[in-house]
Amino acid sequence: MNFSLSEEQELLQSTVRGFVAKECPPQTARAVFDGKGEAVPALWQGLAEMGIAGLVVPESLGGAGLELLELALVAEELGRGVVPVPFLGHSLAALALARGGSAAQQEAWLPRLASGESRATVALAEDGGRWLPNDWQLELANGRVRGRKLAVPEAEGARLFVVGCAGGALALVEAGPGVTVTPEPVLDRGRPLATLGLDAPAQRLEAADAARLIDAGCVLLAADAFGAAHQLVRATAAYVQTRQQFGQSLAQFQAVKHQLANMALDVDPTRGLWWYAAHAFDHAVAESPRAAALAKSHVTDRAQQAARDAVEAHGGIGFTWESDVHLWFKRVMFDRLWLGAPELHRERYALLAGW
Amino acid sequence: MNLEFGEEYERLRAEARAFCAETWPPRGGESLVGERERAIAWRKRAIAAGFLHRTVPREYGGAGMAPDVMAETVIRQELDRAGVPHRGSVQGTHMLVPTLLECGTEEQRREYIPRTLTGELVWCQGYSEPGAGSDLASLQSRAELAADEWVLTGQKIWTSQADEADMMFGLFRTEPEAQKHAGISYLLVPMKTPGIEARPLTMMQGGTDFCEVFFDGARIPARNIVGKRGEGWKVSRSTLKHERMLIGDSAIVSITFDSLVALARRVRRGGRPALEDPGVRQRLAEIAGHLATQEWSVARMLTAIHQNREMQVMSDMIMAKLLSTNVQQMIAKLALDLIPDSGLHEPTASEAVMGVGEFTPGRWVSTYMYSLAFAIAGGASNVQRNLIGELVLGLPRDRRPPS
Repeated sequence: MNFSLSEEQELLQSTVRGFVAKECPPQTARAVFDGKGEAVPALWQGLAEMGIAGLVVPESLGGAGLELLELALVAEELGRGVVPVPFLGHSLAALALARGGSAAQQEAWLPRLASGESRATVALAEDGGRWLPNDWQLELANGRVRGRKLAVPEAEGARLFVVGCAGGALALVEAGPGVTVTPEPVLDRGRPLATLGLDAPAQRLEAADAARLIDAGCVLLAADAFGAAHQLVRATAAYVQTRQQFGQSLAQFQAVKHQLANMALDVDPTRGLWWYAAHAFDHAVAESPRAAALAKSHVTDRAQQAARDAVEAHGGIGFTWESDVHLWFKRVMFDRLWLGAPELHRERYALLAGW
Repeated sequence: MNLEFGEEYERLRAEARAFCAETWPPRGGESLVGERERAIAWRKRAIAAGFLHRTVPREYGGAGMAPDVMAETVIRQELDRAGVPHRGSVQGTHMLVPTLLECGTEEQRREYIPRTLTGELVWCQGYSEPGAGSDLASLQSRAELAADEWVLTGQKIWTSQADEADMMFGLFRTEPEAQKHAGISYLLVPMKTPGIEARPLTMMQGGTDFCEVFFDGARIPARNIVGKRGEGWKVSRSTLKHERMLIGDSAIVSITFDSLVALARRVRRGGRPALEDPGVRQRLAEIAGHLATQEWSVARMLTAIHQNREMQVMSDMIMAKLLSTNVQQMIAKLALDLIPDSGLHEPTASEAVMGVGEFTPGRWVSTYMYSLAFAIAGGASNVQRNLIGELVLGLPRDRRPPS
């Protein structure tokens, strides 16, 4: 038994970490929050050149032919650095195509998605918190989709949408006439969301499994939240050692030390939970839905608690727009709520457990 | 990443399973002797077959094999499943034996280790005192050398199984003039020595796992010291790195959780099984998240031990105890919420004994109270939080008043 990363996986992760440290310091994410997102396209292009845009695309179509675990390891690093790139939607769309598209669909799109030439994303949610395939109502008939999808990530500039339809079907819709993108006022400005109005031609992804797409999304969100919260705990530990009160650093107060310890305990041990969920997606498929539901609900919930504590430990400054803490806080909020709140996935887990 | 143990270990697993099936429960003449004797006889066979105390050298009664955490894990899983009496005197096998291997004399190793491994010699740990809990090094029990004997005076407390133990390994102040940590020695004390009295303490749920132990001029041989005079603190710390052998016991928590789910299936809320109540399902799934976190942490730790990643092992291990404490408390709390009226009644004497028997309502009430003990025993949770802060996050040590 070996529950650890391979050398290649560690190398992938440290390469992305190095890239983020160099190319995306917190000021970059902060600039996006302040409405200046000029650096984002180059950042995404840089990641695409490293092969990140096509990680799960088959090698024959220009990708790296890797699995969900590798995607999740990248997500961890992007969460750690609050990197404002269109990774989430693009990766899920590429995964849906790579696993469920016809040969023609794959050849038409995957090389372009892998190179970063074109961007894709997924349109899943509908009004009333309908995140899961069984609840989708969007009409797919006669080669057209008609209706509305919500909270579509990074929709502006996307060339291709993987759209969830009634009956749990997935369909490809190209940007163009009949596809309107209306930005939503988002909390995590690093990952913009939009409402998609659809009355457009669509091609069904015949072999796609929408439930598995949701599971993959759950894993990526858990990994992203883990990375963000892990970094936030370390940043808070560093802060309390510099801030002085009563003639000593905050870290000298046991109340503060214990709060930090509880934060680390919330976050650090959950790494194995999403590692396993990512591994199971490709290697223990029967276990995958349960593991994904548990990772999404548990990891993001723990991460959110740690993020709340981080604001508190920073004191007044932690509550300001000027501090970086809220960048991570909002990153984790997104991860916890996109694809549905923990409650939804705990109930899903309960059903899958036969309760 | 590969979660299969692989052919070699699966073969070992099959061998362990076959060994258990063949040897337990014992047949023929062996089955006639008492429970303790049967357990000792079984452990002797298991050691000889290489399924127990694998890494202890042969000359000290072990199986003399190279450390292999994966082999130990698959074997332990099988022994747990088979319900064999592989856990003997845990204080002896997990704390004293590693200490003697590291710091004991040849004579001490030969005298004590073999019989401890089989369970013929039962040990208790004499560390805590009424005035020395988390601040253990402030202990005051004395040992004075008179001719060729140590004369013991003072009191130990929270001493598990002191009333059943043959021997105690304990910390005593032998150099009263020396600085706090430097004045302590690690002694081996036969419990039958005149001048020693162990009085069981009744716990809040009614059982009696631990005792207070009084020393009133008890005399033990001068050679019963491990390490040098005044080095007892260091000797006692040498055991800590062996505590990794205790990891992987999350299996016990899983069994308790399964019993909780069974309870939720059985009891009713609003005319339906509690398991159908949305709030109960949420709480169960939340606990499942904590439990899976613990299980996968253990898997990561096993791999890290196997790969000699010492730093990762250390930080994972420090967190493991608190994690486990928290989960056990959540399980017990939900169980009591499912059967609230039972919490008004005192458990029976047999329900107050932990670790055996079915989960009756009274046993859940006991478990609800006993789960608090995990936050205290073996390092209080607040002390664990200090360790996480200092060793995992690199925060400064507490300022301590000079001693």
